[in-house]
Amino acid sequence: MSDLNKLISNLKSTFPQAVVNKQFDEATLSIYGNEIIKTLKKLKTGSQFKFLQLIDIAAVDYSQYPQKLFDNNRYAVVYHLLSIKNNQRLRVRAFVEDNNFPVIETATTVYANADWYEREAFDLFGVMFLNHPDLRRILTDYGFIGHPFRKDFPMIGNVEMRYDPEQKRVIYQPVTIESRNNVPRVIDEEGFRNG
Amino acid sequence: MAEIKNYTMNFGPQHPAAHGVLRLVLELDGEVIQRADPHIGLLHRATEKLAENRTYIQSVPYMDRLDYVSMMMNEHAFVMAIEKMLNLKVPVRAQYIRVLFDEITRLLNHLLWLGCHALDVGAMSVFLYTFREREDLFDCYEAVSGARMHAAYYRPGGVYRDLPDHMPQYQNTRFSRPSETHKLNENRQGSLLDFIEDFATRFPGYIDEYETLLTDNRIWKQRTVGIGVVSPERAIELGFTGPMLRGSGIEWDLRKKQPYEVYDKLDFDIPVGVEGDCYDRYLVRIEEMRQSVHLIKQCTKWLRENSGPVISDNQKFAPPKRTDMKEDMESMIHHFKLFTEGFHLPKGEAYAAVEHPKGEFGIYMVSDGANKPYRLKIRAPGFAHLASLDEMTKGHMISDLVAIIGTQDIVFGEIDR
Repeated sequence: MSDLNKLISNLKSTFPQAVVNKQFDEATLSIYGNEIIKTLKKLKTGSQFKFLQLIDIAAVDYSQYPQKLFDNNRYAVVYHLLSIKNNQRLRVRAFVEDNNFPVIETATTVYANADWYEREAFDLFGVMFLNHPDLRRILTDYGFIGHPFRKDFPMIGNVEMRYDPEQKRVIYQPVTIESRNNVPRVIDEEGFRNG
Repeated sequence: MAEIKNYTMNFGPQHPAAHGVLRLVLELDGEVIQRADPHIGLLHRATEKLAENRTYIQSVPYMDRLDYVSMMMNEHAFVMAIEKMLNLKVPVRAQYIRVLFDEITRLLNHLLWLGCHALDVGAMSVFLYTFREREDLFDCYEAVSGARMHAAYYRPGGVYRDLPDHMPQYQNTRFSRPSETHKLNENRQGSLLDFIEDFATRFPGYIDEYETLLTDNRIWKQRTVGIGVVSPERAIELGFTGPMLRGSGIEWDLRKKQPYEVYDKLDFDIPVGVEGDCYDRYLVRIEEMRQSVHLIKQCTKWLRENSGPVISDNQKFAPPKRTDMKEDMESMIHHFKLFTEGFHLPKGEAYAAVEHPKGEFGIYMVSDGANKPYRLKIRAPGFAHLASLDEMTKGHMISDLVAIIGTQDIVFGEIDR
């Protein structure tokens, strides 16, 4: 426990501009996207951090999030780091500027395995990674249009595939199924649970 | 002199050694791989997007279908993330049951991996033996949840129900001889714990059988020793976890280093490799199976001696007892609210990881305070491993590629999500 508090105080002294917060016994470092490489390099090489392993990269689309975060930036790229030496985890959340064309520097120069994670974030959210060696789609179909995990992309998708017996090939057509939501999304008002 | 050029070959997605739907575009110089470009996503079902549109309990069965050979471990990470955010306490008995089934799941996964890996490399018979044992473990799944694979057994706050007192038995049919049925039922006379204990005593002998077939087998060693070597530094850099990391000689196991449930009260060892090749990773996984058996024995012993609730009694998050619902208005309301609207998670984000048979399986959950996740990200261990395929196969032959895919324990359910 004290290790986590020590990590947080170290983070605060090393990154004075960043926002450091602690929730559910986890530390999160929130920064602007243009500082990401500087930050990651310090976290990887700094003797008090030694976050040598990149565990995961997740993009988040905050467009429907009820709270305004970091100048209302829509996209955040979240890096999960692990320090095997200190047995610590850290989450770095970089908010990407420009909601229409989000661009952030690639982390492949710091962590080799960022390659595929960034391809995934690009594929599903449309976040561009500057200087990425091979920024192709990875999970969606060849020739897919759109970025499916954005909040404005419908859950049922836009097109469906079927075999057309007349043209004797597989074709794409607009979806014929209807979106169905049996349980509405409910957010309780502040203090609702406390009576 | 003839001009020799590199050529490109397509491998999969319908190749038996591609472990599902892996498509590889290989650039070859003769039979030597210059570049391997995996094309994934043929099994992409957008589980993360689906979960955003479902309540937390409704998403549990989706987790089974991620890594479909280690079903309950996926659920485990998911319910752990929820419990972390709710600060929900899990009863001790449920924790032991979870550890017991985690280790059964680890055996299930490693048995499938061993069988398929050996089959790919050319040892046919191991596959048949490992599937014999998997059958018994599926029966344990079925006894406890009713489903042989996709159990949906772990729930936020505990497990769905306590272990059954009777192990289901084979029935006589028109096609079976009563003497045969009787023989099949010999170890199914008692409770599920008796059956598991019987299995745990038999199983080390089976592991010896597999080792007899493989460990000193000349062909097996020729195909795996020195293939796909990863140095410890590189393994960390590439984001390896689980047996892939331990095979390279790094002692890192979340069960020991960041213990969850009751792993800190149990006795087990972490096997590590030396060379970081396919053979070491094979040895690591074999030893992990032995350690799992050891853990299973400790869990069954504890579960026999202690009883108690298996799911939290906080009825805001765990369903009330059926009998209470018949008489108690409040329980009725709780039940109705839980299964219609579902429960809410506090605003914020959390990451929970378990030591999955393949590596670190993590769930990153972002909640906006609603009854559904705002964003769910699944950290699949196989994704990082497959990303390194290009580096691991460079300079190897095509036949070694098959051994490397085998050693990475690729399952597309989790990689494509």
